[in-house]
Amino acid sequence: MVQLTRRSKKSDETAEAGIAPSVSPTRALDPVEIPPGDTLETLLLSVGGPVEVSSIEVDSPTISRLKEEGIELVVPLIGQGELLGALYLGQRLSDQPYSTDDRRLLGNLASQVAPAMKVAQLVREQQAEAKERERIEQELQVAALIQQTLLPKELPSIPGWNVDAFYRPARAVGGDFYDFINLGGDRLGVVIGDVTDKGVPAALVMATCRSMLRAVALRHDSPSAVLAEVNENLVPEIPPAMFVTCLYAIIDTNAGKVVFANAGHNLPYVRTSDGVLELRATGMPLGLMPGMPYEERTYSMQNGDLMVLTSDGITEAHNPKGEMYGFSRLMGRVAKKTKAEDVCGFLVSDLEGWTGPGSEQEDDITLVVVRRTSSAAGSAEAFHQGGQGESVLTSFTLASVEGNERVAIDRVAEVVGTFGLDSARFEKLKTAVGETVMNAIEHGNDNDPSLDVGVEVVADERRVAVRVSDLGGDKVIPETTTPDIEAKLAGEQTPRGWGLFLIEQMVDEVNRTRINGSNVVELVMNREGES
Amino acid sequence: MPGSEFRAAVRQTDKGSVVQLLGTVNRDAKEGMESAYEDAKIFSGEILLDFSGVDYINSTGIAVIVGVLAMARAEEREVGAFGLTDHYKEVFEITRLADFMHIYEDASAGS
Repeated sequence: MVQLTRRSKKSDETAEAGIAPSVSPTRALDPVEIPPGDTLETLLLSVGGPVEVSSIEVDSPTISRLKEEGIELVVPLIGQGELLGALYLGQRLSDQPYSTDDRRLLGNLASQVAPAMKVAQLVREQQAEAKERERIEQELQVAALIQQTLLPKELPSIPGWNVDAFYRPARAVGGDFYDFINLGGDRLGVVIGDVTDKGVPAALVMATCRSMLRAVALRHDSPSAVLAEVNENLVPEIPPAMFVTCLYAIIDTNAGKVVFANAGHNLPYVRTSDGVLELRATGMPLGLMPGMPYEERTYSMQNGDLMVLTSDGITEAHNPKGEMYGFSRLMGRVAKKTKAEDVCGFLVSDLEGWTGPGSEQEDDITLVVVRRTSSAAGSAEAFHQGGQGESVLTSFTLASVEGNERVAIDRVAEVVGTFGLDSARFEKLKTAVGETVMNAIEHGNDNDPSLDVGVEVVADERRVAVRVSDLGGDKVIPETTTPDIEAKLAGEQTPRGWGLFLIEQMVDEVNRTRINGSNVVELVMNREGES
Repeated sequence: MPGSEFRAAVRQTDKGSVVQLLGTVNRDAKEGMESAYEDAKIFSGEILLDFSGVDYINSTGIAVIVGVLAMARAEEREVGAFGLTDHYKEVFEITRLADFMHIYEDASAGS
């Protein structure tokens, strides 16, 4: 009777490999395991070769069991100083005791078997690890699929507003989500949230929470009521120790009013012409406890204001020194007015610079950026309230990008060309439009491509007017002066400074006003002035 | 960006040199314009700016022309222009550039 007992690498796992009948057994033997730390283990490792059970004087439950089972000889299988298993041999069929030659033969056999067992053990372990990795990978793919399926497929397109979003899951897919809900009229619901935990459980809670928010948002005008009801619904559904942080805002896209409530999520930042504000509202995360109240606050976004909603994947990212990105750095970056229109791209790029090249993303990164680009065209329209019989020939906005003044000239020329100014005055109007739009781009909007320049062309029986508006806030357009060309040619003054002068000289009338944070310049050509 | 890139080429004539200007004259033309002026001043006589290939001049382009004119005046070189449309002739009048450079009616001035 021979029994092969195999021990796994982990000391707390003792396994049995079954009976290896190299000698015909007279009876089967139940596996006899050698628990870690058993006296027999110490003995076998110490002897390193076959041991006669009857000669073992120390005792242990295993040794007693072997004696009970009639085992005469134990042959240890040792590899790299580790007891991998043992051969148990009962009485010889000849009833003769095991000879010295028998023991030598068995010792040699064990020394051949042990390395093979070690290799087999490693292969089994690697296969198990690969299987586990594959299972985790599949789970991550499912989680990523759930999240990506539920995130908005497209961004809202609202005149006077610019909405952008960025989402990049970590490898271990967290539970970030964002959503835009069309509430009808001029109202847009904006959601950003983060489920604790990662993988499929987080993705499933995210999906549940998102569905609840969508359903409840259509029934309530109040963000705090929405969060309170979602919390009540979520508490009985959510697994223990999980919760959801969430910010929900309703934006009146006509008035610029933002009403919001916050269930423990990162505070949103708003960049204004006076600096960056935190929009604070208190409330517990969703799913923790029933009956939670949520504070509701209101903020009025002005033209050019920019609201940034983030997840903690940004603020809690670490650099190679172990320092967190943090709220103050994020706030500083939001304050930075970049030439780039892509605020999400700018913030993500800054984050990547912080974490360093090749670093693995720790958590999901989610950003939602809502900017009130303008009612620039609206301001231009509001300039001339008393325009009896005035027709709007065209109205459009352009990004503040160098060269767009030529686009403005072409678009104004398209409509005014059909209105009948003579060619000389037509050319003058085009030059004035180009200069005015260029001033709005460069001086009013500081070449910030995300800020629009509004252009409106109106006409009545007496005149044609082009109104150009920027989002210059408090900037005041300087008074026009006549350039001193002698001083410029003598090098006593800069050669520049012709724009405002040219504008004044090109048209019959220039009117300036400020409406809702916009500078509006009206260029007028009187139709009776036509030759 | 709309508009065509500024380019300049210099040629010698019997009376001096002609700087043929092409494209848009705005602030981006500064380097090309000044470089062309440096090339043209090698030749004696009047330096004529040929605007017949120019599609657009704005206030920053006027500043570039003023800058070149200031360089020429410091070096006591005569600068003229031809090939301007009626509109830009008027702009040169309004800005008084025409007081400091000869505005010729046609290209024969440069021949």
